[in-house]
Amino acid sequence: MTTRRSLLALALLPAAAATADDALQAAIRDAVGNAAITDGGITLRAPATAENGGQVPITILAESPMTAADHVTAIHVFATANPTPGIATFRLTPLLARAEVQTRIRLAEAQHVIVLAQMNDGRVRRATAEVRVTTGGCLT
Amino acid sequence: MSTLNAPRIRIPRSARAGEVIEIRTLIEHPMETGLQGPRRDMLTRLLVRMNGETLLAADFRNGTSANPYHVFFVRMERTSSFDFTWTDEAGRSARAEARVTVG
Repeated sequence: MTTRRSLLALALLPAAAATADDALQAAIRDAVGNAAITDGGITLRAPATAENGGQVPITILAESPMTAADHVTAIHVFATANPTPGIATFRLTPLLARAEVQTRIRLAEAQHVIVLAQMNDGRVRRATAEVRVTTGGCLT
Repeated sequence: MSTLNAPRIRIPRSARAGEVIEIRTLIEHPMETGLQGPRRDMLTRLLVRMNGETLLAADFRNGTSANPYHVFFVRMERTSSFDFTWTDEAGRSARAEARVTVG
């Protein structure tokens, strides 16, 4: 149903859809530059359905020993269909026991959440999760 | 500089050497994006330091929930002091401190 609605939206509003995607791509490039992004090595835990889009709990966990030589330097969180794609950026240090952060985010409607982990050697890893929202997050 | 409402920290008072502890933080803040409401009122940053060194720095944008809540994990090697600072776009801030004894 979501897919059909998205397709319909794309057909009816190509300009608006392109703008939202452009904003997301710009936000991602702003965060990680032109580094190649690969899937895997990072997990995003989010509810399949969130009762309250204003408080959606998520857990981001990247695979990393978190040593000075090999650690995650940043975790970036994006929403694909919010009015603005940015959610948060976490700058991590090897003082942390693991590359894990739990937080609560706002989702205006059903959409994908994208998380990126930047490693100290420049690699960027990605995970996504689709979240349905019963009541849209108040983005006022 | 005015002060934000008192933040809440959940952190153990003591730990064994090498133990991983969980730190939870919560601060009351409306996180008004201004997209639909009359004005914007957003918290922008949480900085957590351990013995004066940066442990974690978070930058918040519109998709962060009201009353920002965060959980993260630290391996304790020695008795340490923690310092938490939240700042918002209006220049207000809040601070909290904690000490974890090891041994």
